[in-house]
Amino acid sequence: MMLSKGLKRKREEEEEEEVVEKETLTVDTWWLDSGPPTAQAPPVVASNSLFDLSVLKLHHSLRQSEPDLRHLVLVVNTLRRIQASMAPSAALPSVSSPPPAPMETDNLLASSDAALSASMAGLLEDLSHIEGLSQAPQPLPDEGPPGRPIGGAPAGLGALDLLGPATGCLLDDGLEGLFEDIDTSMYDSELWAPAAAEGHKPDSENGLGKEEAPVLDEAELDYLMDVLVGTQGLER
Amino acid sequence: MGVSVLSKSMPVQENQPWVSGTPADIISTVEFNHTGELLATGDKGGRVVIFQREPESKNAPHSQGEYDVYSTFQSHEPEFDYLKSLEIEEKINKIKWLPQQNAAHSLLSTNDKTIKLWKITERDKRPEGYNLKDEEGKLKDLSTVTSLQVPVLKPMDLMVEVSPRRIFANGHTYHINSISVNSDCETYMSADDLRINLWHLAITDRSFNIVDIKPANMEDLTEVITASEFHPHHCNLFVYSSSKGSLRLCDMRAAALCDKHSKLFEEPEDPSNRSFFSEIISSVSDVKFSHSGRYMLTRDYLTVKVWDLNMEARPIETYQVHDYLRSKLCSLYESDCIFDKFECAWNGSDSVIMTGAYNNFFRMFDRNTKRDVTLEASRESSKPRAVLKPRRVCLGGKRRRDDISVDSLDFTKKILHTAWHPAENIIAIAATNNLYIFQDKVNADAH
Repeated sequence: MMLSKGLKRKREEEEEEEVVEKETLTVDTWWLDSGPPTAQAPPVVASNSLFDLSVLKLHHSLRQSEPDLRHLVLVVNTLRRIQASMAPSAALPSVSSPPPAPMETDNLLASSDAALSASMAGLLEDLSHIEGLSQAPQPLPDEGPPGRPIGGAPAGLGALDLLGPATGCLLDDGLEGLFEDIDTSMYDSELWAPAAAEGHKPDSENGLGKEEAPVLDEAELDYLMDVLVGTQGLER
Repeated sequence: MGVSVLSKSMPVQENQPWVSGTPADIISTVEFNHTGELLATGDKGGRVVIFQREPESKNAPHSQGEYDVYSTFQSHEPEFDYLKSLEIEEKINKIKWLPQQNAAHSLLSTNDKTIKLWKITERDKRPEGYNLKDEEGKLKDLSTVTSLQVPVLKPMDLMVEVSPRRIFANGHTYHINSISVNSDCETYMSADDLRINLWHLAITDRSFNIVDIKPANMEDLTEVITASEFHPHHCNLFVYSSSKGSLRLCDMRAAALCDKHSKLFEEPEDPSNRSFFSEIISSVSDVKFSHSGRYMLTRDYLTVKVWDLNMEARPIETYQVHDYLRSKLCSLYESDCIFDKFECAWNGSDSVIMTGAYNNFFRMFDRNTKRDVTLEASRESSKPRAVLKPRRVCLGGKRRRDDISVDSLDFTKKILHTAWHPAENIIAIAATNNLYIFQDKVNADAH
């Protein structure tokens, strides 16, 4: 399963998937053996595995750069049906499904729209420039629920803001885990924070480093400023 | 009904006929033009290939009106949407021919976002004998020109030229699933998951939105548009289908925004067949008006249904395409096969309907005799001029020779796209990256 945005696949997720695969084999048989499904309450185990499978599909669908809306909507609706049938058995301890699903599915659907909203606001702006439409009024701009960032907020972060705590199985350690993989080495330049860098060195070397560093740093700073502003030679 | 058929299998890739091609060669749409003389296919790589039927000639009795490649061109290229940082696929979702109004042919082809109008013209003569230019087009030395001549048109090898005449872009936020040319021959519609737009064929910088089912709050989204089509005769009527299995017939005269349907066609859920997957299998993947305009044909996962425009409560006919899959829905859900979108087609006289299935099988149902047949599109069983043998899928128990058991079906071999010649019993079947054209020679000119 492809993951994006540097998310690490958690070991628990892998195990969960294996369990789902094993259980779907038995679910198949169940569908064949039992009479019309409405005649008897479906086994909780089978419902759970179907639920898990649906949640996995939903997550997979949302992770696509551009989700297939039909697929997404059908999976969400199926998930709601399964939830509705599972409600009476929610108390069972063996249930290892993700946190309250109705909120989660709504949040997930909405969060995909935050990304959609952000980019759609821009797209609709473009559309209105291009087309002199005499179309019927549409809900513009596409804000979704109040408080959702549009336009200015980068699409990716907007979606992730909402994913946060509600999706335990995606981000076990909350938002902090998201930034683990980001490479910030270009900002950790010794030029800009010599004291901090040298603080890591053993004390014996410190003295030497501190005496020499300021002189070098100033010269290099000047050089850098020249480069940033544009070398004087070029201005002629 | 044309049960006994002759066949000619024609892989789309001419230079590598019997080697399975790259994913880009997967055929994504098939469409005959209004006379049936031309057959267009679109593929995943954004290419369009047009076949032309050879006129039956007494000199070559074996050719028997076969289809040969007429033109190939690149319709769509992959694009990059910088706003969303997404690549827009070049796959051709639909092709629709315009009615022919002069010597040229025109068609509309669309990918997920952009519709293009292509003009196809023939050139079989060229002028020769210019006064100022020589044969290669270079200017002549005027001192060598002593007399004037009139250029004459001389025959040349047929050249088919294709040019993009219009590009209808930026009309859709979501993925385009259908296009349909209006009977007025001036407008056409394009539908995506949530909206339907009306375009004028000559105007590319604007379109009218005629259906919008996007909820104010995306969290409330429970239904999407899956297919739509204009009525073949009434230019104000069109139908669109939804993921919940309903059909809405709309009248453009009633309002500018056709969110309120004129008629809603929906069959109540059968309580004995209820399951978690009821909604998914009821999702309509294709809708087609009959040639008469009196009926509609819909395809959902397990059935094809015929609806009478005068009766909204339920279809007048329901045909089981592959009911043996009803007990396999869970594993089909797991493999995503349950989301496959099959198309359906009417024959010219609206008496037979056809649709594809798995294992490269396709099915035909005769509405009058109520007989049906399962046939297979494969290289092994389709030598040129061979007669196709009916196939059977058995659930278990008594099994005849040549029967296939449900568990041996190959779900990767799906026939999603099929087309029927508008007048004759000729069908085009797309099986992944191969195109098969079958002809019924027994009743060649019947209907």
